[in-house]
Amino acid sequence: MELVPAILFLQSILAATWRMATPILYAAVGEVFSERAGVLNIGLEGIMLIGAFAAYSTAYETGSLLLGLVAAIISGLLSGLLFAVFTVTVKANQIVVGAAFNMIGMGITGFLYRAFYAESGKILSLKTFLPVDIPVLSSIPFFGEVFFRHNLMVYATLILVPLASFILYRTAFGLSISAVGEHPKAADTVGINVLRTRYVSILIGTSLAAIGGAFLVLAYADQFVEGIVTGRGFIALAVVVFGGWSPWGAMGTSLLFGVFYALQLRIQAMPDVLIPYQFLQALPYFATLLVLVGLTKRRVRAPKALGIPY
Amino acid sequence: MEECTSENANQAYILRMENICKSFPGGVQANRNITLEVRPGEIHCLLGENGAGKTVLMSILYGLYKPDSGTIYFKGKKLDIHSTKDAIENRIGMVHQHFMLVPTLTVAENVVLGQYQPWKVLNDMDKVHQRIRTMSDEFGLDVDPSKVVQDLSVGEQQRVEILKALYHGADLLILDEPTAVLTPQESEHLLKFLRDLANRGLTIIFITHKLEEVMQVSDRVTVLRDGRVVGTVNTRDTNPRELARMMVGREVLMELKKAKTEPGKVIFSVRNLRVKDARGLEVVRGVSFEVREREVLGIAGVSGNGQTELALALAGLIESDFDEMRLDGQLITKRDLQRLNRLGMAHIPEDRQKMGLILPFSVAENFVLKTYRDEPFARRGFLQFDTIREYTRSQVSKFSIRVGDIEEEIAHLSGGNQQKVVVARELDRQPRFLLVNQPTRGIDIGATEFVRQQILVERDAGAAILLISADLEEIFALSDRILVMFEGRFMGEVPPDPALVEQVGLMMAGKTVQTSG
Amino acid sequence: MHWRNLGGRLKKTLRSIWMPFAAIPIALLIGAVVLFLAGYDPLKAYAAMWQGAFKDTTAITEVLIKATPLIFIGAGLAVAFRCSIWNIGAEGQFYAGAVAATATGIYLGGLPSFVLMPLVLVMGITGGALWGMLAAFLKNRFGANEVVTTIMLNYIAIYITGYLVTGPMIETKGLFPQTPRISENAWLPRFLLPTRLHIGFIIAVLLALALYILLFKTSRGYTIRAVGTNAEAARYAGINVKSNILLAMAISGGAAGLGGAVEVSAISYRLYQLISPGYGFDGIAVSLLVGNNPLGVIFSGILFGALRSGSEVMQMSAKVPSVLVFMIQGLVVLSVVAFGVYRAVSMEREE
Repeated sequence: MELVPAILFLQSILAATWRMATPILYAAVGEVFSERAGVLNIGLEGIMLIGAFAAYSTAYETGSLLLGLVAAIISGLLSGLLFAVFTVTVKANQIVVGAAFNMIGMGITGFLYRAFYAESGKILSLKTFLPVDIPVLSSIPFFGEVFFRHNLMVYATLILVPLASFILYRTAFGLSISAVGEHPKAADTVGINVLRTRYVSILIGTSLAAIGGAFLVLAYADQFVEGIVTGRGFIALAVVVFGGWSPWGAMGTSLLFGVFYALQLRIQAMPDVLIPYQFLQALPYFATLLVLVGLTKRRVRAPKALGIPY
Repeated sequence: MEECTSENANQAYILRMENICKSFPGGVQANRNITLEVRPGEIHCLLGENGAGKTVLMSILYGLYKPDSGTIYFKGKKLDIHSTKDAIENRIGMVHQHFMLVPTLTVAENVVLGQYQPWKVLNDMDKVHQRIRTMSDEFGLDVDPSKVVQDLSVGEQQRVEILKALYHGADLLILDEPTAVLTPQESEHLLKFLRDLANRGLTIIFITHKLEEVMQVSDRVTVLRDGRVVGTVNTRDTNPRELARMMVGREVLMELKKAKTEPGKVIFSVRNLRVKDARGLEVVRGVSFEVREREVLGIAGVSGNGQTELALALAGLIESDFDEMRLDGQLITKRDLQRLNRLGMAHIPEDRQKMGLILPFSVAENFVLKTYRDEPFARRGFLQFDTIREYTRSQVSKFSIRVGDIEEEIAHLSGGNQQKVVVARELDRQPRFLLVNQPTRGIDIGATEFVRQQILVERDAGAAILLISADLEEIFALSDRILVMFEGRFMGEVPPDPALVEQVGLMMAGKTVQTSG
Repeated sequence: MHWRNLGGRLKKTLRSIWMPFAAIPIALLIGAVVLFLAGYDPLKAYAAMWQGAFKDTTAITEVLIKATPLIFIGAGLAVAFRCSIWNIGAEGQFYAGAVAATATGIYLGGLPSFVLMPLVLVMGITGGALWGMLAAFLKNRFGANEVVTTIMLNYIAIYITGYLVTGPMIETKGLFPQTPRISENAWLPRFLLPTRLHIGFIIAVLLALALYILLFKTSRGYTIRAVGTNAEAARYAGINVKSNILLAMAISGGAAGLGGAVEVSAISYRLYQLISPGYGFDGIAVSLLVGNNPLGVIFSGILFGALRSGSEVMQMSAKVPSVLVFMIQGLVVLSVVAFGVYRAVSMEREE
C-alpha cells in the first residue's frame, strides 16, 4: 500500500476516533460515578435517548443549541431522580429498573419524534455545533486534522475527565463515594449518608449520559433519529469495566473503542479488505469479556457493594 | 439536684452509664438495668460469656443503638448520643470486632473518612500523613498512612482502627474482643500498648471473655451475666476462680430428665483436625476426640474460639485437614466428607436462617430440604406433594410446632418454631451421628426445653451426639462428657458435675486446669 | 374449603397473574397522559389498539404469533431468574439458536421432514444453551458478573450473525444481507389457514408448561429454586450450586435458542440481521411481570403480544406511533416493581 494514502487513511480514522468516542465517554464517566457508589445502571441507553430527544426538540424549537444542552441536562436529572427513587429508596432490583428505563426511553422518544417531527414535512436538521479550528495548531499536518478540528463538546471532554478524576480522587465527596460502594456499613458508621451519596452519584451519572445523548444530535449528526444511540449506552458499561472504574481509564478505553468504531465504518465501504467489519464491531465487547475474566487476578475490581441495595 | 450529685460522683468517674435497659424485637433483653462506672485513666474490663450484653452496652455508648431507658454521663455531663458521629465528637472511640475500614482506601483516607464536608478538597493529605506518622511513632503503632488497607494484615488493620480513634481525639477507647483476631505475640503487644495508653491518661474499656487478659492488664473489671451486672471488682483484689464464678454463676438448672445410659461403641472419631478460617489463620488447631453411641459430647466455649469452623468442617462444608476420621468404623476421606451430608450426617447448624432453612420456602418444603430428591418424597424426579404434606403434618403434630398452614412461608414462624422444624427434620433421619451447634440460640423458653429434650431422646435411642454450645447451662444439662474449647484447642475434659462449673468457666476463659484424667 | 384444595402452588400462580392486571391500568393511564399531551385522543388510540389485537380471528392469531418468541424467552428467563441469575443475554441466545437452526436447515436440507424439523429445533436449543452456558461458566470459574457478560455476549452474537448473513451464508453475493431459505422440509406447519398461526405457538405453550412443571413439580426444580433463594442453605442440603447455575443457564439459553429456531422455521424461513427486534429485553418484562412463573408467562407473553400487535394497527388506523408500546412496557415493569415492594411491606404488617 502506498504511503500517502495510508497516512491519509490513518488520519481520517484518528480524526473520527475522538468524535466517536465522545458520547460514550460522557456516559461512561457518568456511570463511573454511579458504579463506584455501588449502583449499576444498565438503563443508560434509554437515558441517553431521552437526553438526545430533549436536546433536539428544545434546540429545534428555540433555535438555541445551548438551551438544547440545558434541556438534556434537566432530562438527565429527572431520569436520575426517578431511577434513584426506585433503586435507592424503594430498593428495587437495579437491573430490572434499568431494563425498564431502556424500554421507556425507546418508547417515549420514538413516539414523540414520530408525533411531532417525522414525516411532518419540516426541515429537520439543526445548525449544529460546528468544528472549531484551533488557530495555528490546526494547520499542523496530520496532527492538526486529528486533534485540533473538533467541536466544543468534544473539546469539553478534556475538561470533563480531569474534573471527574479530581472529584473522585481528591475531594471528600469522592472518598465518600468509594466508601459507599465498597463498604457502606463502614461509611454509615462514620456518619456518611449512604443514601444521599448514592442519589447524587446516580444524578451525576444520568446527567452526563444525557449530555452524551445530546452530543449525538447537537454535534455528531444534525438531527434526531429513532434509536440514535444504537447501543452506545451498553458499550459505556463495557468501557467502565475495561477502564477499571476510573475516568482516565474510561477516556483511554473510549478512544480505543472509538478506533474500532471508526475502522469498522470505513471497512464496511471497502469490500476488498479481508477482515469482516463485524469482527471489529465485536472486538470491544470481546475485550471486555477478557477483562472480566482476568479481574479475579487483578487488584482492580468492581466495587464490592455494586448492585446491592443498602 | 440530681445533676449536682451526678457531678460529684463524676469527679471520681469519667463515665457513668446509669440503669441502661435495651431489648430487641423477639423478646431478647440484652441489657437489664445495667449501671457501669469507669474511672478516668483506668483499663476497665467488661467480662462475660456470649449474650451477656457487653457488646450491646458498648454499642449504645458508641451511638450504634439507642437504649430503651437509662442515662449516660460522660465527663460530668449528661450525654444524648444519637449516632456514632455524636460519640466521636464527644471523644469516644471504638474498635469493633469487625473492622469498619474501607479496604480499597489507604490508611490516611480511612482516617479522614466522614470528617470533612463533601466539597473539601483533599489537598492537605500530607499533613494528615504527617500527623498519622507522628502519632504512630508516639504510640508505637507502626502504621504507614499510605498503605492500602486490604494489603495490611489483620493485626495492622486493628492498629489502624486504634489510630483512627486516637486521631479523632478519643479520651475513652472501647475495644471489643480485640485479641480474637490476633496471634499470641500480637496480643501481648496490644496489651502492653493499652497499658501504655492508660498511663498517658486515656480511659480504656476492654470487652473480653479471656481471664488471662483481664488479670494481666485491667485495673477493674465488671462482670456481666444474662444482661445484668454481677459485680465490679478491683482486679488486684480478685482472682480467676472468683471471676469465673461470677461469669458463669453457680446455679445450673437441671430440670430435664436425663436417664442414665451406658455409652456404647465409638461411632465417630477424629484425630488432629485442623481448620483454617477465611483469612488463612488456623482456628482449629489439631483437636482429637471421639463420640460414642448413647452419649452426648458437649463442647463448651465462648463463640469465636473455632467452634463454627469445627462444625462446618465436620459437616463437610469447608476444607479441613486431619490425620484420621472414622464414622461407624469406616475410614472417611476428605472427599467422603463432602458427601457425608447426603450420607446421613444430621446437622443442626448454628444459623438456622442463613443455613438451616430457606426462609421464603414453605414449611413443608423446608421439612424435606435434605430428602426431597429421594423416595418417598420424589419418584422419578417428580415431587410427591401428598406424601410431603402428610409427612410434614405428622412431624408438626409430633413436635408440637405452631404452624398455621404448612404451605405458608416458613419466615412467618417464630424463631423457636423454625428451630423446631430444623430439629425435627434432622432427628427424623434417625442418625447414628448428630452434630448440633448452638441449638437454642435466640429461641423462647418453651422451644428451648423442647429441643433439649429431643436431643436427650435421640441419645437414649442410640445416637452419638456432638453438642457445641456457648450456653453453659445447656452443656451441663445435656452432656455426658464436656470438652472446653479455647483458641482452637481443647483445654480439658470434665464430667457434667455442677460443682465443676467454675473450673469450666476458667477453661472457657483460657486458664488451663490440671485434669485428673 | 375449595380455596385451600386448589393447592398452594396454583394459588401462587394465580396471584402472579393478578399483578399485570393491576400494573397495566397504571401504565396505560400514564400512557394516556402522554398521548393527550402530544395531541392524540387516548381513548381512540387504545380502542384502535384493542380492535387491532382482537377484532377477528386473523388479528388474534397475529397476537399469538407475536407472543410466541416472548413466551419462549420469558419461560426460559423465569428459570434463570428463579435461580437468581440475571440473564440479560436472551437476545444473544435467541440469535445463537437462530443461527444453528438456519445452518442446519440449509446444509442438511436434504433430510426428510420428520427428521429435519425436529433436528432444526434441537440445534436451535443447543445453540442457545451453549451460548447461555458460556456466561454461566465465566461466572462460576472467574466470578464474572453475569449481567455484564451476557450483555457483551448479546452483541457478539449479533455481530457474528451479521457477519454470517453478509458473508459465508449470504444468499446471493453482493445482494441482500440474508441467507437462502431453509429447506422446506424444515418449515413448521401452519394451522388455522389462511392465518399465519403455526405450531411454534403450541410448542411455546408446551415448553412453558414443561418448565412450569420442572420448576415447581420436580426435585430438580426445587434444587434450582433453592440455589436462587438461599445458596448457602442449598450447599448445606448437599446441592452443587455451580453445576445448577450452569444448568439454569443451559435451560434459559436453550429456551431462547428454541425461540430463535422457531422464528426461522415458521416465520422468516431464513436468517437476516434483525431477526429479533429486541425480544430478549421484552422477555425480561414478560417474566418479571408474572413473578417469574413460566405458566404465567403464557399470559403475559400473549399480553405483550397483544400490545405489540395492537399498536401496529393503532399506528395504521389512529396514526399513533406504535413505538409508544415500549414505553407502556417499561411503565408496566416499573409499576410491578413498585407493587412488589408494596406487597412485601404490607404482608409483613399483616402477620
